[in-house]
Amino acid sequence: MEMLVASAIGILTAGGIYLLLRLRTFPVIMGISLLTYAVNVFLFASGRLTIGASPILQDGIEAYADPLPQALVLTAIVISFGMTAVVVMISLGAFLGSDDDHVDDQSQNHDDRSEGTL
Amino acid sequence: MTHWIVLPIILPALVAPFIVLAARYHIGIQRALSVAGVLALIAVACGLALESADGTVTLYQMGDWAAPFGIVLVGDRLSTMMVLLTAVLALFVVLYAVGSGWDNRGRHFHALFQFQLMGIMGAFLTGDLFNLFVFFEVLLIASYGLMIHAGGNARLRAGVQYVLFNLVGSTLFLFALGSIYAETGTLNMADLANRVALIGPEATVGIRVAAVLLLLVFAIKAAVVPLHFWLPSSYAEAPAPVAALFAIMTKVGAYAIIRVYTMIFPPDLAVTSGLHDIWLLPAALVSLAIGMVGVLAAKKLDRLVAFSVIGSMGMVMVSISLFTPESIAAALYYIVHSTLAGAALFLISDLVRTGRGNLDLTNQPIVSGNSLTAALFFVGAIAMAGLPPLSGFLGKLLVLDAAFDSDLAVWIWVIVLLSSLISIVGFARAGSILFWKAHSVAPQEGIEVLPRPAALSYVAVGGLVSLLVGHTVFAGHVHSYTTTMSAQLFAPEPYITKVVDTPGKLSKPKGDY
Repeated sequence: MEMLVASAIGILTAGGIYLLLRLRTFPVIMGISLLTYAVNVFLFASGRLTIGASPILQDGIEAYADPLPQALVLTAIVISFGMTAVVVMISLGAFLGSDDDHVDDQSQNHDDRSEGTL
Repeated sequence: MTHWIVLPIILPALVAPFIVLAARYHIGIQRALSVAGVLALIAVACGLALESADGTVTLYQMGDWAAPFGIVLVGDRLSTMMVLLTAVLALFVVLYAVGSGWDNRGRHFHALFQFQLMGIMGAFLTGDLFNLFVFFEVLLIASYGLMIHAGGNARLRAGVQYVLFNLVGSTLFLFALGSIYAETGTLNMADLANRVALIGPEATVGIRVAAVLLLLVFAIKAAVVPLHFWLPSSYAEAPAPVAALFAIMTKVGAYAIIRVYTMIFPPDLAVTSGLHDIWLLPAALVSLAIGMVGVLAAKKLDRLVAFSVIGSMGMVMVSISLFTPESIAAALYYIVHSTLAGAALFLISDLVRTGRGNLDLTNQPIVSGNSLTAALFFVGAIAMAGLPPLSGFLGKLLVLDAAFDSDLAVWIWVIVLLSSLISIVGFARAGSILFWKAHSVAPQEGIEVLPRPAALSYVAVGGLVSLLVGHTVFAGHVHSYTTTMSAQLFAPEPYITKVVDTPGKLSKPKGDY
């Protein structure tokens, strides 16, 4: 199971970083989403992987799952969800306003750029 | 246990929704509430700073849970000083926003402003790394709203870059926290300090990765080269009062580096040896150089100020990365100076924009309100470039003095002095184009003369500039206070025992188990 989780985190991170290095907002936002999925699984695994273990103290149980990373992941999910919504709205506004969804800084010579170089 | 220390977080958190819900359509009430909130914040911050001035560490346990299990707020000399600095800066920024009418050019300025203050205060006061992340997110999400306040395409585009860069930074922060938790099983800073010291030299791979990731995250916040790319366009495009408030945000990164790398990963810890002197110091020197070259190369005044902020953050980071008690004391002195000077310059550049219509550094007719704006720019530029007699000069002197024993002392001296020269030339060029050459350009017929900026705007900028003067006049007192502050940072045992050993209502003190 460790192998599976570790490679899942690795593949998600690699895909996320690849998309992040694109220059258009949509792939970049997708990349950030993939990265947040990767980091959520990573945080989850930081409390050690256990199957079917109880997170709450009970009599007669030896193996426990660490409950703290689960709380951390919940916080991280909520925050990244909200942030993704914010960035989608802002980049939509920027795209609709300037008819250009490039992430990099081209606004200064935007006027004299011909369509062919887009 | 007193509850005062939680007020800097609770107060803006209450004022902000009240502004949104009750005073939504009344800009006058919003302004009054916002200013009153900031004034109350200053009073609370003064009280906290006085309380911790004798070295007391104030601990606040949320829900009365003891430290490693519950969330704690901790106030020592450093965090209370940063809280006070933020509150004072916020007052002048909000006065400028009111005076210049910026707060009325979009919606919810004051509510977002208060939420931003809440995040910054929380980041300074928290004693828990995960809560540091949460407060970073609070201040960031408020800053996203403030950054695109009043709209406009250029601002939205810069806003997209700013948000994306910070989202990546937040993700990195989570990776760092995950690896720290996996290695140590705690995220409380004081508890971490104890546990990291116990890690043997054979098992340091994970904690090294975590330390480097954490440094990267804070370096993004502090805009250290090569992680500074988000800063110039977002600070230049942000509304002026927002950019002025953002002057404290880079310092949040510097604060986090000082806090984490004096307490959790102290400089003599074998696990992280080489991180400061091999990696951070050269990066800081490069930021200093790039920032000041950017000052000379900038074609617009707002970009010039943004690059000068990068340069002064480089200066702060040079001093921090030496990691001696003297250099941290010098860095803290310079942090106060650089916050005030950066904020003042952003506001001054908005005064120029108000009186001139744009910020291009080209020959144009004279700025409305020329003489007063020019005088303020002159003082702000002297402070930022580090010329005598203002605090920038004293700060640089302190840093250079602290760098005397470093292996890279020659490099530090050469780069600091050369970059200061370059920035002096850059500021002189900008000032003479804006204010002197304008006299030789005849105003065109038929173009209406723009009105002078409002008096309250000048009051706000004047207040910041007079604080800079005060920071210079009382430099001896301030520096001796920052020296005691860095002494407290380099002897963290009282802080750690206070946090770890104070029992909560629901947990017994150690030894009673």
